[in-house]
Amino acid sequence: MNTLLTIAAKEVRDGLRNRWVVATTLLMAALALTLSFLGAAPTGTVGVGRVEVTIVSLSSLTIFLLPLIALLLSFDAVVGEIDRGTMTLLLSYPVARWQVLIGKFLGHAAIIAFATVLGYGAAGVALAMSGTEIGPESWRAFAAMIGSSVLLGAAFTAMGYLASTLVRDRGTAAGIAVAIWLVLVLLYDMALLGLLVADGGKTVNAGLLNGLLLANPADAFRLFNLTGFKSVSQFAGTAGLAAQVQVSASVLLAVLAGWVAAPLALAAVLFSRRQI
Amino acid sequence: MTDTPTIRVEGVSKRYGDAFAVREVDLDLAAGECVAMVGHNGAGKSSLIKLMLGLTTPTAGGIRVLGGDPASAAASHIRRQVGFLPESVAFHPSMTGRETLDFYARLKRVPRDGNDALFERVGLEPDAVKRRVGTYSKGMRQRLALAQALLGGPKVLFLDEPTTGLDPALRQSFYEIVRDLRDAGTTVLLCSHALTELEGQADRVVVMNRGRKVADGSLATLRGLAQLPVRIRLTLPSGEVVETACANDDKVATLRQIACEGPELADIEVVQPSLDEMYAHFLRREAAE
Repeated sequence: MNTLLTIAAKEVRDGLRNRWVVATTLLMAALALTLSFLGAAPTGTVGVGRVEVTIVSLSSLTIFLLPLIALLLSFDAVVGEIDRGTMTLLLSYPVARWQVLIGKFLGHAAIIAFATVLGYGAAGVALAMSGTEIGPESWRAFAAMIGSSVLLGAAFTAMGYLASTLVRDRGTAAGIAVAIWLVLVLLYDMALLGLLVADGGKTVNAGLLNGLLLANPADAFRLFNLTGFKSVSQFAGTAGLAAQVQVSASVLLAVLAGWVAAPLALAAVLFSRRQI
Repeated sequence: MTDTPTIRVEGVSKRYGDAFAVREVDLDLAAGECVAMVGHNGAGKSSLIKLMLGLTTPTAGGIRVLGGDPASAAASHIRRQVGFLPESVAFHPSMTGRETLDFYARLKRVPRDGNDALFERVGLEPDAVKRRVGTYSKGMRQRLALAQALLGGPKVLFLDEPTTGLDPALRQSFYEIVRDLRDAGTTVLLCSHALTELEGQADRVVVMNRGRKVADGSLATLRGLAQLPVRIRLTLPSGEVVETACANDDKVATLRQIACEGPELADIEVVQPSLDEMYAHFLRREAAE
């Protein structure tokens, strides 16, 4: 069997054994189901709302939760194995270092994909079974939301790997992971908002703002889901924004993919130079 | 045995920051040779093994393992013929013994149907093989570690402190396996600070201290180099014990003299300097220089 797959399969089995897969899948499913049944509360009803409302709620959930899960899963991936001494033995085998890194990443990304697809899929099934009418475009939006969630999870997993190869200490890697989450998920948007208000529209034009939004994978994800489909943006309150954003969905996806590839490539370079 | 050594280390130094872990070491290892590397903690044994495995690259000098650079991108075919038992070996605790060996066999691209024979060879019970490695005792982990090192019948075997934590019986079976491998033409490099147990196991002893190689040779050669006195213990018929010492070269003459001209004796015991004593001697000499 291919070396990459061997390493990835080992990572998935590890995830199954230490209950990571079960825990994340249950967490995602529980939150997704709660949101899809209670998410319509702001519109005045309790019960299953429109699928677009669910998409908006789940996107917000993804932005907060999935990066956190991804970073927790990945920050230990390299530095932890070096620390425990399993890496020395692994690297004495006929495997290239990039194969170790990418193989482990594929395993972790598969765990995230599994948890997201199953957890959010459960919400989709619940919506369909409760008799809500869901048009084909809504299903497409729902599928796009799940797919881009997996991509966002992979992006933060890749950043976790970068943190893990960057330092020699597990505690430091954990600190970096928390910092990445705080900055990209919480502080970035606040800072951006502050900048816009302070600037008063003098220097920050739409082009610059688009660029700043693309520089953060969480924002790229938000733009993709909340402005990508007309029916969704009506409910997200972003219809006005959607009209302003000149970035196409494919560009947003490419940006997300770039956020997967770039940290991973950098981590691979750093890891290949590392003296174990 | 061929003339070209399987491992050639030439003028290798390795520096971490300001500290030298290995300093200007030259070392040749031939096929079918069992070499013991001794030295206390931090003497550079593990650092040298890591260099030979290609896990780290030398600051100066060059290393050839099986004719290639072990740290190069094309080292895969070299590593497939190398077995390694790391110091304080760690496995993934959630995998069973069988899964662990299967995993490593896949990475080495070795058929997995030989794994049962390997488990039997290192003495890991079929019951234990099914259990998770997290539940293993130190001895069982060490057996599993040896099993993975033997995967694919390596031409070069690095054993870093292989017998720490093993009981004497296990140690003996361990060295039996090592002897078999050596006789089959494998180059075995064994690191230890349990010096006494290496006597009789190794064809050659390399003494390391503070990153330098301070002595290299067979046990007899080292004895000659060290010029340590041989002690002769005489037991008189009364039960009284008298001890005397002489240089190694004068040993035979002295014994003859005692036997012919000395008093009546109940027993004569000749005590050769042990590896421990020689090691201490080389360290003292190194410190004096």
